Amino acid sequence: MMIPACPLADLPRGEAFRLQTDPPVAVFHTEDGEVYAIDDTCTHQDASLADGWLEGCEVECPLHASKFDLRTGGVDAPPARLSVRTHQVLVEDGMIYVKLSDAPPNLPPSCAAARLGGIAATGGVA
Amino acid sequence: MRSVAVVGASLAGLSAARALRAQGYDGRLVIVGEETHRPYDRPPLSKEFLSGRTAESELLLEADGEDLGAQWLLGARAVGLDRADRAVRLADGRTVRADGIVLATGAAARTLQGGHGLGGVHVLRTLDDARALRADLARGGQLVVIGGGFIGAEVASTAHELGLDVTVVEAAPTPLAGPLGTAMGELVSALHADHGVRLLCGVGVQALSGSRGRVTAVLLEDGRSLPADTVVAGVGARPCVEWLEGSGVALDNGVRCDAAGATNIPGVVAVGDCAAWYDPAVGAHRRVEHWTGARERPAAAVTALLSGGAAVPEPPRPPYFWSDQYGVRIQFAGHAAGADSVTIEEGAADDRSFLAVYRQADRPVAVLGVNRTRPFMRWRRQLAAPAGQRIGAP
Ligand SMILES: Cc1cc2nc3c(=O)[nH]c(=O)nc-3n(C[C@H](O)[C@H](O)[C@H](O)COP(=O)(O)OP(=O)(O)OC[C@H]3O[C@@H](n4cnc5c(N)ncnc54)[C@H](O)[C@@H]3O)c2cc1C
Ligand code: FES
Repeated sequence: MMIPACPLADLPRGEAFRLQTDPPVAVFHTEDGEVYAIDDTCTHQDASLADGWLEGCEVECPLHASKFDLRTGGVDAPPARLSVRTHQVLVEDGMIYVKLSDAPPNLPPSCAAARLGGIAATGGVA
Repeated sequence: MRSVAVVGASLAGLSAARALRAQGYDGRLVIVGEETHRPYDRPPLSKEFLSGRTAESELLLEADGEDLGAQWLLGARAVGLDRADRAVRLADGRTVRADGIVLATGAAARTLQGGHGLGGVHVLRTLDDARALRADLARGGQLVVIGGGFIGAEVASTAHELGLDVTVVEAAPTPLAGPLGTAMGELVSALHADHGVRLLCGVGVQALSGSRGRVTAVLLEDGRSLPADTVVAGVGARPCVEWLEGSGVALDNGVRCDAAGATNIPGVVAVGDCAAWYDPAVGAHRRVEHWTGARERPAAAVTALLSGGAAVPEPPRPPYFWSDQYGVRIQFAGHAAGADSVTIEEGAADDRSFLAVYRQADRPVAVLGVNRTRPFMRWRRQLAAPAGQRIGAP
């Protein structure tokens, strides 16, 4: 399914946008002009990668600084151990579209538990 | 350089080994570590691991199948360094000679004077410490935490979550005044009271009393006695550098290094909690005891090591750490010590959700985020930008 994310013009280079899907998706516009989409939730704990530190093709989690490769979702730096799911991106007529992946997401344990109706995820992020 | 020995097999040592391979070093690599465990992550030891939410297998820092082509000597303690032939002497009598040496022996928990030998009295630094403490917390009852620093506060928060009755005792008038300054130290440590955890400040511990070999109470200097089933001393850490005494490596609250981790001995660099790097931003040597420093700085030290000091690595980012207490995310970057003002720029202290900026003569020098991940990251980037490119607010 292709989901319209936002107009490319609204997402400056070096910035990220959070798509409120379930689970949410982060769309990044790199300094080099590439656009990538990955699951927004860090695979380590419940942090939003759209709030992270974007450098080149890598995003650093805002919490414990795990680094993920935006192209592959692979972990470039710990403490995360699982890769983050990537999604296909299409830019057409100035609009960014995201094609959600069919692969299962690697959500962190606290989030997965919350989703299964268990304990609430801790730490309400402002 | 044909051989490198890394001494200390935790975050800083592993990060140095990874940086060596990433920077093209393909010679012999020996990693020496006193603990028998593969490198593991310490922050969860006072948080998710202590509470039981995280399993031991999730603490591992190596990726599945990761192979650095290294020889691991685990359970081996280094006891000396001979600078002349760059040889590390091990407690078991073996010697590791190498062209380059990375010192990454970290820090060890300080212990209470006089608390020895009583059951139920803990420190928290290693996985073994955490296993033992976890087992004692499972008995429930009353916990007294000595020291209101970050580790003490996190243990208090976790034990409270586990249903224990918790008291924190802090000798200083305000906890966390060192890293956060007095005003913010007070705000952050107010989290204890929010959750019904007692915080006693400005009073030292006189003695521990026990019966049948197990602690029963903590006696305070003002005469009070706090009943205790379990006691945790969170009274700081000291760098593990005794083994370097007399080696000629300059020591001064840790291994004294330049701004890229080089020691006074050519071919020897130091990283992580055991190292006091020169920090140009404060004009002094500082031992940074945070996870992110131990993860990032080894890359710079390895660049210096491999180039024989010829290459000038990028300066490290300002020190950053986080702490999780009572479900609240605390994040800090920069240096609070030199600040002459601190103002809350977003949110409100009463909501336990705010962002505070520390300034020195109007220049931002540090930032504290409490449940403010997004703006905190912007400020942190701003602090890391070269001085000329900084603006007042991100
Ligand atoms: C309970 C706890 C919670 C923490 N929480 C946070 C947090 O929330 N946020 C944060 O930023 N930081 C946190 N930290 C700090 C962070 O974990 C450290 O900064 C980091 O572990 C430093 O890594 P290191 O490799 O330099 O040292 P260490 O992790 O201390 O490792 C040093 C290793 O060297 C070994 N060693 C020592 N002496 C010798 C010797 N003579 N020969 C051989 N091996 C030796 C030790 O056994 C050890 O395995 C926490 C630390 C603890 C203990
Ligand atoms: S939540 Fe992302 S690294 Fe911990």
